[in-house]
Amino acid sequence: MFDGKKIREDFPIFNSNKDLIYFDNAATTQKPKQVLDALQEFYSQCNANVHRGIYKIAVEATDEYEEAREKVSQFINSKIEELIWTRGATEAINQILYAWALWNLKKDDEIVTTIMEHHSNLVPWQLLQKNGVKIRYVNLNGDGTLNMKELENSVSKKTKFVTVTQMSNVLGTINPVEEIVKIAHDNGALCLIDAAQSVPHMEVDVKKINCDFLVFSAHKMLGPTGVGGLYAKQEILEKLDPALRGSEQIKSVSLFETEWTDLPWKFEPGTPNFADIVAFGYAVDYLKKLGMKNVREHERDLTKYALEKLQQISKLKIFGPLNGTRGGVISFQLADIHAHDMASFLDDNNIAVRSGHHCAMPLMKYLGISGTTRASFYIYNMKEEIDKFIETLEKAKQVFKV
Amino acid sequence: MTSMYAEEILDHYRNPRNFGELKDAQIKYKESNPLCGDEYEFYLKVNNGLVSDAKFFGDGCAISKASASMLSEHVKNKTLDDLKKMKLDDVLKLLGIEVSAARTKCALVALLAIQKGIQKFEGGKNDGSQR
Ligand SMILES: Cc1ncc(COP(=O)(O)O)c(C=O)c1O
Repeated sequence: MFDGKKIREDFPIFNSNKDLIYFDNAATTQKPKQVLDALQEFYSQCNANVHRGIYKIAVEATDEYEEAREKVSQFINSKIEELIWTRGATEAINQILYAWALWNLKKDDEIVTTIMEHHSNLVPWQLLQKNGVKIRYVNLNGDGTLNMKELENSVSKKTKFVTVTQMSNVLGTINPVEEIVKIAHDNGALCLIDAAQSVPHMEVDVKKINCDFLVFSAHKMLGPTGVGGLYAKQEILEKLDPALRGSEQIKSVSLFETEWTDLPWKFEPGTPNFADIVAFGYAVDYLKKLGMKNVREHERDLTKYALEKLQQISKLKIFGPLNGTRGGVISFQLADIHAHDMASFLDDNNIAVRSGHHCAMPLMKYLGISGTTRASFYIYNMKEEIDKFIETLEKAKQVFKV
Repeated sequence: MTSMYAEEILDHYRNPRNFGELKDAQIKYKESNPLCGDEYEFYLKVNNGLVSDAKFFGDGCAISKASASMLSEHVKNKTLDDLKKMKLDDVLKLLGIEVSAARTKCALVALLAIQKGIQKFEGGKNDGSQR
């Protein structure tokens, strides 16, 4: 059903870098030729600004652009009106801050989030503190899962907003987001899901999750950089003014007033990154064709295999759940080898991993470490690569004399 | 590419020379590299314009610690002016390895501690404000 080796043939990067073992997929993924071709084709065949020209190629460009929105909104099961293009997950979160949170959260209101958040879902909310909003952080259980009891106790009638990652980019933990959304709603709070690490790797259905906001980035799911999605419920979007203002989002403008156009364009001022967005549509086609159930299954297989092997290496500590609901992100520390030395050593052996704090400094502090080495998998990874990775870790132990 | 993790580097990493505090050092400066979380404090004793003793304390990756250790040996009997003139290349020569571009900051952190320490020391002495 799923052959990592076969899939690799679609990815030119592995042709240019024959021995590359790419295990940094949580940072960004490689692009299949279907996406690269789409980009090339768009620029070669119908490049024109969207929603403006009335000539043929402009109409074609606009159609392609809106078709991408259709594909991606279907992919997360949202309405077309509910999917707003951004530059990425980080910008999407900031739009929620500036369009909704800053206007609606007041002194003594509380927001609840977790200690495992990426800086992108943590730094923006700190701004609310200037208005006297209190931030509460939910801690973890010993195995790296979220402490749901603590979350339940932290959310109260004072809570106006709950914001949680669906999957940790450090621990691989997958959080029970449906349950979290329910707890938020039972207390009258809105809920944001940071799906930057989940939409690329599993079926995500915004209606099933029932979240109010959800964000993700194209570059982490075979798509180009500079594209992201902001999902928000239609009834919320209708009530909000856009965070960013300018052209292309208006029905009419007079000297002192503007009437916004319809959803979703109301939230998309200026010329969008349309060529990359079109190509993103093809990335989603590619994933749909593989089937997200199969993608998840493939990664689950690889992760299980890697975790079993890693646990056989003495003095190797894994941060995050060892079984149960987790994704293909594995953070570890091997004896006292510094994470960056580990990453450099792996790089010497053509294995690309991430090292450091992974944009989660509060989580590092909570875990009492300065950083980890992180391997993260995707559709083109294979068990053979994990074998080489494990061998290299054993070699590192000898070289570093641990 | 030759490995960054040559025998000698790892020896300095595992057994850093001149490791510890130098109580009566005139020059004392802490520098860190946020990339790796490396942090080192360098202590230099100066006598007649020459470094008479040097120690360092801190922790970080193998590249940063090995370069701190090697520099702590290298700086002795050098003039402050000699040390101010040192560049990345000089550190790499001491290390004797190729350091990947992503890791040059690690190789530099100890030298920066030394040079910023000297700058502060001379600034204080002249009572001038250089920066
Ligand atoms: C969990 C999580 N949230 C948010 C982001 C930010 O994504 P981007 O940098 O594409 O905006 C990342 C990226 O690393 C992430 O892993």
